[in-house]
Amino acid sequence: MIEVRELCREFAVTTRTGRFRRTRRTVRAVDSVSFDVAAGEAVGYVGPNGAGKSTTIKMLTGILVPTSGHVRVSGVDPSRSRRELTRRIGVVFGQRSQLWWDLPLRDSFDLLRAIYRVGAADYARRLRECVELLELSGFLDRPVRQLSLGQRMRGEVTASLLHGPELLVLDEPTIGLDLESKERLREFLADLNTTRGTTLLLTTHDLDDIERLCPRLVVIDRGTVLADGPLEELRAEVAPERVLVVDLEKPADPLGDLAGVVAVRSELGGLRQHLTFRRDETTAAALIAAVATRAEVHDLVVEEPEIDDVVRRLYARR
Amino acid sequence: MRSYAQLALAGFRRYSNYRQAMFAGLAANVMFGLLRTAVMIAVVGAAPVAGYDVPAAVAYVWLGQGLLAFVQLWGDARLAGRIRTGDVVVDLYRPWHLQAALFAEDVGRAGFSLFVRLVPPVLVGALLFPFQWPEVAAWPLFAVSALLALVVSFGLRFLVNATAFWLLDSRGVESFHVVATSAFCGLGVPLSFFPDWAQDVLWATPFPAIIQAPIDVYLSHDPQWTALGHQLFWAVVLSVAGHLVLQRAVRKVVVQGG
Repeated sequence: MIEVRELCREFAVTTRTGRFRRTRRTVRAVDSVSFDVAAGEAVGYVGPNGAGKSTTIKMLTGILVPTSGHVRVSGVDPSRSRRELTRRIGVVFGQRSQLWWDLPLRDSFDLLRAIYRVGAADYARRLRECVELLELSGFLDRPVRQLSLGQRMRGEVTASLLHGPELLVLDEPTIGLDLESKERLREFLADLNTTRGTTLLLTTHDLDDIERLCPRLVVIDRGTVLADGPLEELRAEVAPERVLVVDLEKPADPLGDLAGVVAVRSELGGLRQHLTFRRDETTAAALIAAVATRAEVHDLVVEEPEIDDVVRRLYARR
Repeated sequence: MRSYAQLALAGFRRYSNYRQAMFAGLAANVMFGLLRTAVMIAVVGAAPVAGYDVPAAVAYVWLGQGLLAFVQLWGDARLAGRIRTGDVVVDLYRPWHLQAALFAEDVGRAGFSLFVRLVPPVLVGALLFPFQWPEVAAWPLFAVSALLALVVSFGLRFLVNATAFWLLDSRGVESFHVVATSAFCGLGVPLSFFPDWAQDVLWATPFPAIIQAPIDVYLSHDPQWTALGHQLFWAVVLSVAGHLVLQRAVRKVVVQGG
């Protein structure tokens, strides 16, 4: 479905270096990225801000021409055949709207139907499915400007699916959504992928999106692919540690000598301790029990390594 | 073609959402119409000037008051805004011709303002003052001329907006455009009141095509074909220019990463 080989993209950046002088500098936003996505897959494309995610997405959708390299999406060269590609794939830009601001949601859908020339029966069926699964019926006739972000995003996803795309590209679809809206959207996308076989490619900063939706992860930083594989594998590989944060009733000496603990950071004079432990050496439950024998525990939290942390470690490893 | 018709319909509905704005605009139009009528009658009341007697002058004023909303004389910055915020990416990512799509929407908008902003002021003028109605044959020509005025006005607005692809902030160009259009389109004073050399200069620009030309066609001033020809010429030139500029802009965005 997606075929990317040695993809590069450079931007010219001009900076003022004197009163009148400007220097042009070339910045490589994407540096020989290669990966494939097969039909029916769901892939998370992650990396910190400025890693080159959106630039890649823009090249995949034909909005940006690669400086060099090879891209094929759904069998076509995106920048050469952008119009053709738009009929085959759907795109959701989490921070931009493709709906008509001052028209009811339903009118936007009707317009998209006309623009994409979708047959009446297909349109009715797809819209019905989305309305049902994304629970749109309560606000279909409300102008888009009056919708909440969660409602609007559900509308955006519907809008990108009305022409029945075989690939759906989502650029930060859950950004700014509350937990319930996120969950509902993830559920819908997971269903779209498994039952209808729509290929998904999404960028996100939310680890839960990946965990719920994407069996596979492509990690990018500073324009290059750092890792490509299942999330669990990557996490176990580069971040075998978790952190147990304990709040104690009384200050205690650092508990770094407990079995499995590799590092300890003490705060508030020993009242709060961050215990980093290896998952392959001990379990959270065993460690909590061990802590309880040494001090009275008031509260505790087990922290998973954040996705950005995983990415940082991947980067540091190289 | 059907999708553009739908877009025009959507444009109509979008603007029909803003009824208060339309009525406020209409009220302002009528107020200024009354003032301008008083001035024009003071000028041509004693004897006709440059082909305008009182009924012609009244028709000139009220048609102008109606047309200025129909052609959106004061400009619009919607596309420029979308370019500045980057939302234009969504517009470029559609299986349509962006310029044609925006024009279709503008036709819808103009269609709505035809009922709310063009017809009512003309009726006010016709009811309150001696008013010149056109010859029967001039009606269809006036319709064509008004449509061409819309094409020319859209062409100018599109070009002005498209400068945002390079300038990011097109407000400077925008205000220059508004000043030039309102000064040279023949809204304040009929262009035939100007000295001959100034008329020649002004008719060499696209601006008279927006207001003066349709009014000339309506009043059957001069051979109507010269006014229509002028409009058609600029409609074609500006539309082609808009198409070329859009192509350049898309290439800039797509290749340079704008």
